[in-house]
Amino acid sequence: MAGIPVHAWTLLEAARAIREKEISSRELTRALLSRIERIDPQIRVYITVLPEAAMQEAAARDEELAGGHLRGPLHGVPVALKDIFCTKGIRTTCGSRILGDFDPPYDATVTKKIREAGAVLLGKHNMDEFAMGSSTETSWFGPTRNPWATDRIPGGSSGGTSAAVAAGTCFAGVGTDTGGSIRQPASLCGVVGMKPTYGRVSRYGMIAFASSLDQAGPIARSVPDAAVVLGVIAGHDRRDSTSVDIPVPDFLAATGKDVKGMRIGLPREYFAGGLDASVREVVERALKALLSRGAEAVEISLPHTEFALSTYYIIAPAEASSNLARYDGVRYGFRADGGTGLIEMMSRTRGEGFGAEVKRRIMIGTYVLSAGYYEAYYGKAQKVRTLLRRDFTEAFSGVDVILTPTAPTPAFRIGEKVDDPLTMYLSDIYTIPCNLAGIPGISVPCGMSPDGLPIGAQLLGRHFDEEALFAAAAAIEREIPLPRVAPLEG
Amino acid sequence: MAITREEVLQVARLARLALSSAEGEKIREQLGGILSYIRQLDRLDTTGVVPTSHAIEMGTPFRDDSAHPFGEKEEILKNAPDREEDFFRVPRIIED
Repeated sequence: MAGIPVHAWTLLEAARAIREKEISSRELTRALLSRIERIDPQIRVYITVLPEAAMQEAAARDEELAGGHLRGPLHGVPVALKDIFCTKGIRTTCGSRILGDFDPPYDATVTKKIREAGAVLLGKHNMDEFAMGSSTETSWFGPTRNPWATDRIPGGSSGGTSAAVAAGTCFAGVGTDTGGSIRQPASLCGVVGMKPTYGRVSRYGMIAFASSLDQAGPIARSVPDAAVVLGVIAGHDRRDSTSVDIPVPDFLAATGKDVKGMRIGLPREYFAGGLDASVREVVERALKALLSRGAEAVEISLPHTEFALSTYYIIAPAEASSNLARYDGVRYGFRADGGTGLIEMMSRTRGEGFGAEVKRRIMIGTYVLSAGYYEAYYGKAQKVRTLLRRDFTEAFSGVDVILTPTAPTPAFRIGEKVDDPLTMYLSDIYTIPCNLAGIPGISVPCGMSPDGLPIGAQLLGRHFDEEALFAAAAAIEREIPLPRVAPLEG
Repeated sequence: MAITREEVLQVARLARLALSSAEGEKIREQLGGILSYIRQLDRLDTTGVVPTSHAIEMGTPFRDDSAHPFGEKEEILKNAPDREEDFFRVPRIIED
């Protein structure tokens, strides 16, 4: 890896170099902490940096390795988490004022698993408040900036993690995706992001937004890196009754699989009018890459696609309004001053503790669940959800994976859509159906816009067939080599 | 779809959200636009369609009803905005 600065190494390169003692975990961790210090003021990714704890963990990993003990595939590698995963003894904010200085009494299963695999935790990443947003602008801590153009948004809600991976201020991270919150920012930041099948990764200790849609997944600089991280965090957990008890396959091996004969579905509804020309061109490049390796293109139809956004904006806010009822200023977090009586304390705490987007969604959710409206909105949306799922089941009887754009446009400017919720919601139009159907999806970088902004393509797969997505995404990545990190210098 | 100021106040009350009058008015306008958009679902005939509440059909998982004491009470209580001994302290609930 002569000539490539350490911060631009892939996670697999870093893990190998540590294992073969070419570099220590302490050297690598120190290099990244110093890069965070220089670069982060330009992009504002880290809500919390853990310089001392990270150096202590790195020293412990080095000592273990010297004694011949290797914890797992992330041994000694510095990574970070979206600030939605509980970290014992480390402030966890979910991008909100209402959590205050919440210091979780336990680790999320994702946190526990990356630690058990040997990772060094650098810190916690900025996000849209409670993961509600597509730009990381709704965070109480202020917006994160796109490392490729710092006047633009990084996407969201896992915008912090995507920006950090693109800026070389961590080797990989874990985000969450309820309607596109891993894939859309990954596309806008030029990195790889996967939302696994619902139930593949435990949601224990992951702060809930919409429980029937939320899923954790990896964000990384290469497809094999993402595969390794998913292998670490996946698996059944008795603490999450919706986590599925099936074996975790060798995802890294899947990235080396041939795509010859693979049938690639192209849903005509996703390529209809209104698609940005540069995005269309990039997705066509991805298709060409797959065809050049022997895959076949099949035109398909997902006829209920136009109803996905409406369905989502009933179901997600409804679940959110219920999940967020727990923030009442009683047991943890922020409590507003003044007022008399319990109800007034709770209402003021929530009024002052939540930001505008979260309040908007609580209002939508409460409205659609309220007496007299439940059947017309929530009941109806659950039925349309069935039709959307059926679209995919039928499509996958004739194809192995589906190729689409990830986001309708490259990164937009900070402030551009902040006062127009419906336009902002349209950012997730291609990613939302996947969550409603519970299927896996991945975004892989495929090119740049004329302005030098990254653009990704999305691949969707059958339930629990992340392997096909890794195989296809890795093939695209090999055919379309792109810069790994944004040219940011401090 | 027009939403009235009274409906906004009623929903905010149900959600225990104190809104300023400017916030309430903005939400009233935006909610109207969003609800009009999502009413497009009315165009679909869903007669006889079974609703989906979870994307993966897996049945109800059962486990033994056994207690696992957490053991770190102080770790929980130290996050309380206000406490008294081992209790969360809140403003008066019942008026005199």
